[in-house]
Amino acid sequence: MSDLDLLYTDVEDDLRATVRDLLADRCDPASVTAVYDGDRSPVAGLWRALAVDLGLAGLLVPEERGGAGASAREAAVVLEELGRTVAPVPFLTSAVVATTLLLDTEGDLLGSLAAGERTAALALPLSTAPDGSLPAVAADADGRLAGTVTSVAGALEADVLLVPATAADGIAVYAVPAARAGIAPVVSLDMTRQIADVTLDGVPGELLVADAEPAVRRALEAGAALLASEQLGVARWCLETTVGYLKERRQFGRAVGGFQALKHRLADLYTGVESANAAARHAAAALAVRDPDVFAATAVAQAYCSDLAVTAAEEAIQLHGGIGMTWEHPAHLYLKRAKADQIAFGTPGAHRARLAELVGLPLQGE
Amino acid sequence: MTADETALREDLRRRVADFLAAHDPMTTDRLEFLRARYDAGLAWVSFPDGHGGLGLPQALQPEVDQLFEQAGAPDNNHQANGIGLGMAAPTILAFGTEAQKRRFLKPLWTGEEIWCQLFSEPGAGSDLAGVATRAVRDGDAWAVNGQKVWTSGAHGARFAILIARTDPDLPKHFGLTYFLCDMTDPGVEVRPLRQITGEAEFNEVFLTDVRVPDSQRLGAEGEGWRIANATLNNERVSIGRSAIRESGMIGVVARTWRERPDRRTPELHDRLLRLWVDAEVARLTGQRLRQKLAQGQPGPEGAAMKLTFARIAQQLSGLELELLDEDGLRYSDWTLARPEKVDFTGRDAGYRYLRAKGNSIEGGTSEILRNIVAERVLGLPAEPRVDKDIPWKELPR
Ligand SMILES: Cc1cc2nc3c(=O)[nH]c(=O)nc-3n(C[C@H](O)[C@H](O)[C@H](O)COP(=O)(O)OP(=O)(O)OC[C@H]3O[C@@H](n4cnc5c(N)ncnc54)[C@H](O)[C@@H]3O)c2cc1C
Repeated sequence: MSDLDLLYTDVEDDLRATVRDLLADRCDPASVTAVYDGDRSPVAGLWRALAVDLGLAGLLVPEERGGAGASAREAAVVLEELGRTVAPVPFLTSAVVATTLLLDTEGDLLGSLAAGERTAALALPLSTAPDGSLPAVAADADGRLAGTVTSVAGALEADVLLVPATAADGIAVYAVPAARAGIAPVVSLDMTRQIADVTLDGVPGELLVADAEPAVRRALEAGAALLASEQLGVARWCLETTVGYLKERRQFGRAVGGFQALKHRLADLYTGVESANAAARHAAAALAVRDPDVFAATAVAQAYCSDLAVTAAEEAIQLHGGIGMTWEHPAHLYLKRAKADQIAFGTPGAHRARLAELVGLPLQGE
Repeated sequence: MTADETALREDLRRRVADFLAAHDPMTTDRLEFLRARYDAGLAWVSFPDGHGGLGLPQALQPEVDQLFEQAGAPDNNHQANGIGLGMAAPTILAFGTEAQKRRFLKPLWTGEEIWCQLFSEPGAGSDLAGVATRAVRDGDAWAVNGQKVWTSGAHGARFAILIARTDPDLPKHFGLTYFLCDMTDPGVEVRPLRQITGEAEFNEVFLTDVRVPDSQRLGAEGEGWRIANATLNNERVSIGRSAIRESGMIGVVARTWRERPDRRTPELHDRLLRLWVDAEVARLTGQRLRQKLAQGQPGPEGAAMKLTFARIAQQLSGLELELLDEDGLRYSDWTLARPEKVDFTGRDAGYRYLRAKGNSIEGGTSEILRNIVAERVLGLPAEPRVDKDIPWKELPR
């Protein structure tokens, strides 16, 4: 087995620069903070710029279906940048998870997602792990859907919900226009990825995938694998911002970044961020080539990066002192995103439990 | 992987296959085989042509080693020569003259000549630039006098990398020179130092009028500190690196876990899985660092790798004793042995636990490594260095 490339290609570096420029222009911390006070006005424009102008919505879609034909490696780079700015856009939920679910479907939904004309969300709780339990929504013989799904991410931005439902012969995925579903916004810990409770009261769904459990799990796997790159972006921002601040901030007549207690904490954080970079890159690279190791790679990346991003955000707040506790300073945006991300697509503990099976280290038995 | 890399890999596989066809590992004499492998450039492939390599990316090395291992080829006794392979060799390659490379690299790689590191002294550990061992020019040689300590494997070593003070009138970092010292010189006296495991893997080394020919000076006079740092950066990336999942300490502890279902508890399970993840991520981080370095010299980033390695090894080996429960109360043997190899994962669980304590001290303590990362990677303000501009001879000791 030859090693996967854990670095970035020139093409990936260029993509990063383009995305970073756009976000610097259109996604400043003040406008992100405003979503907590209910001002979501810049969100649609930002998403349009990313999805349509830069064509990122179609990154994972093959060229013959109207996409860019790129791979998970490029999507991961985009997520690093989105994490770095805690951008309130449905890239992960629509362009990664929903898109992955639709990759093997016919019909024009995939193409319209790729073009950024429509946005979709998978109607499962954001906390669902790739091996987690699937839905309570029921489908009758005519494809009418009834049930409630709580804590769905991306539903508020979606035009179409992809609803896994229990039909007579197993799980199937149906498309439901968002306008036909009851979508109740939830006041969320992370308002930059606000969740919603979705209620379906007998609305007719269009059957997209029959026997859909493998496809749903594959979509969740992609979400979990690439979430690690978002977490890496969150953590890197926290590290860089904190290092920068501690070089400037002076107390006791010197830059506080010169105190060894703080230097050592930042050295540990750097070590963690570099480690997260390797883990996240490995998961993305494994996903890109559908390496058989992708399950372990994802579980490792999630188990590691989820906690690391939270630690990075916690350290950022502590090491900024009082300013870190304010609404004005952006550090809190990162803590809220990091903590919600830790729960998203399975907690670190859930991924470790999965890993125990995958690598043959069970609590009981052989 | 790019098309270029695939082609390189293909070509390399073919070279190994051709070599093995011409030198049957089963019938060829061990040393003859190793020397021929070196001459064929299949020893350390990232080294240049003519010095045991082919100038290829380091990332290709694990595959080559694997191919030779699978063919049942003799190994170069690398466990006994970690300092030679991991530290002396890359330093000699980077700073040595052509003649020095010709003289030293080949027998180093084949394991015919084992190396040790004469850096630390009783008065100069973390503050390595403070070494007091003196080297005084005497014709075409240097006369070296002083005392070194914690010298791993000095009892089996043929050569040593040595730093000594050549100009006490300069501030401490400037008056040092780097030498390659013959351990069979009559002025070298090696005394065992017993360590917490019961063994004496390291030593005190007394140097009395040791003659080191000037041809064994590495780099210019006064350049010792810069070269020593290159050695230390190499040390930090070479300690504990593993190319294969579940190798090293995690491999040992995972095996114990699988063999002892009777001892498992949910609490230990949770700790084991956390450490399994950490070890796998550390392996990937090492892989990423190697891909980044390709053929260049490692920088201070390697310090972060070594920090992680030490922490994981210590936590895992502690966990293993608890997992063994009652059996963890037993120890194999306290008698004073003189091991030839440095083996972090050998012997029994008690030994591993005790030996791992050295991982956060040897090659720079974890505190010093954090300083290095903070200052040289993150650019945070340096520690106060009250002695850095004062001539070494005037420093209080
Ligand atoms: C198993 C083993 C094998 C070794 N093998 C070799 C070898 O082969 N060759 C060789 O040359 N050396 C070898 N060493 C020596 C090793 O490099 C030194 O022990 C190490 O550099 C620490 O130096 P010291 O022992 O003098 O401790 P000190 O420098 O006295 O340190 C004492 C404590 O103070 C801390 N400290 C010191 N300075 C600072 C600072 N600025 N900031 C914060 N904390 C600080 C240290 O971290 C440590 O906790 C070996 C050591 C061990 C344990």
